[in-house]
Amino acid sequence: MVWVFENDQPIYTQLVDQIKVAIVSGELPPGARMSAVRELSLEAGVNPNTMQRALQQLEREGLVYAQRSAGRFVTEDTAVIARVREALAAERVRRFRDAMRALGCTEEEMRTLLFGSREEENGNLS
Amino acid sequence: METCLECRDLSKRFGSVQALDGVTLSIAPGRVVGLLGPNGSGKTTLIKLANGLLTPSSGEIRICGALPGKETKAVVSYLPDRPCLPEWMSADELMDYFADFFEDFDRARAADMMARLRLNPHMKYGQMSKGTREKVQLILVMSRRARLYLLDEPIGGVDPATRDYILDTIIRNYDESASVLISTHLISDVENVLDDVIFLREGRVTMQASVDDIRAQYGKSVDALFREVFRC
Repeated sequence: MVWVFENDQPIYTQLVDQIKVAIVSGELPPGARMSAVRELSLEAGVNPNTMQRALQQLEREGLVYAQRSAGRFVTEDTAVIARVREALAAERVRRFRDAMRALGCTEEEMRTLLFGSREEENGNLS
Repeated sequence: METCLECRDLSKRFGSVQALDGVTLSIAPGRVVGLLGPNGSGKTTLIKLANGLLTPSSGEIRICGALPGKETKAVVSYLPDRPCLPEWMSADELMDYFADFFEDFDRARAADMMARLRLNPHMKYGQMSKGTREKVQLILVMSRRARLYLLDEPIGGVDPATRDYILDTIIRNYDESASVLISTHLISDVENVLDDVIFLREGRVTMQASVDDIRAQYGKSVDALFREVFRC
């Protein structure tokens, strides 16, 4: 995994977010075994306690589960993964909309920017 | 579990200079703590008090419940802010030297890390590059199974790749019963590996908080907050 951190948010929430992305994108498939906390923290270059906290948060959300002595695994419940995927998508759309509004874009303009104008669409179809 | 380091109203005066002024703090086991402050704020004085190189003018400092002395030196692993190892020793001889002095020195672990540095076995400490000397010294210090690691400026004056190596070595080698205190002013480099930070200013603690609490509360990195608080 490639880890990138922003300066304006807690590190552990960013870890939660990035592991979620890895899970919903299939980089960490359902049922996959996660690396040990220390390995993950070394890979991300973060404090092990912070990584531990992120993993516990993911456990509470049902995305990963710990099995005594065997380690931590990604959930096999694809419905949970689908819900998290939806939530992540909604969050990103909200951020996009906020950024566009800050630029003074109307919803119509946003639609055009995202999908092209009707004419272009029609042109593509013909 | 008992705290690894505890200061109560700790003060140190050098003649007319008040180096530390009523410092009260405690560090729990398993934490990696950044001791941050501008030059002359008292970081090195605090570290030297913790390992018994200085004695307090007033107040108290305890390591795992005990006053600094022979017993605490056996559980404190100290990286000084300047090189202090015999220059004529090779890496092997330095490991022997540490093994002689410290019962908790894990020679196999040190040897393993030294092997990965691919040093010329005959090279003397004094002939090594600055970055290599820093790595060798840190390997020795982190190969002790101590309860408290006191690292005074472990990443000062080395290149970014060496910095990463040093931070990686710290995280890889401490265990949950131990704490690590890292003094530095290169905050952005260490920020992600810290649990908590202590801000020192003119010998006083102005803040002790977790990195993520600071980021959540101020919406900025510890580095950015430090620059704001200590603007010259």
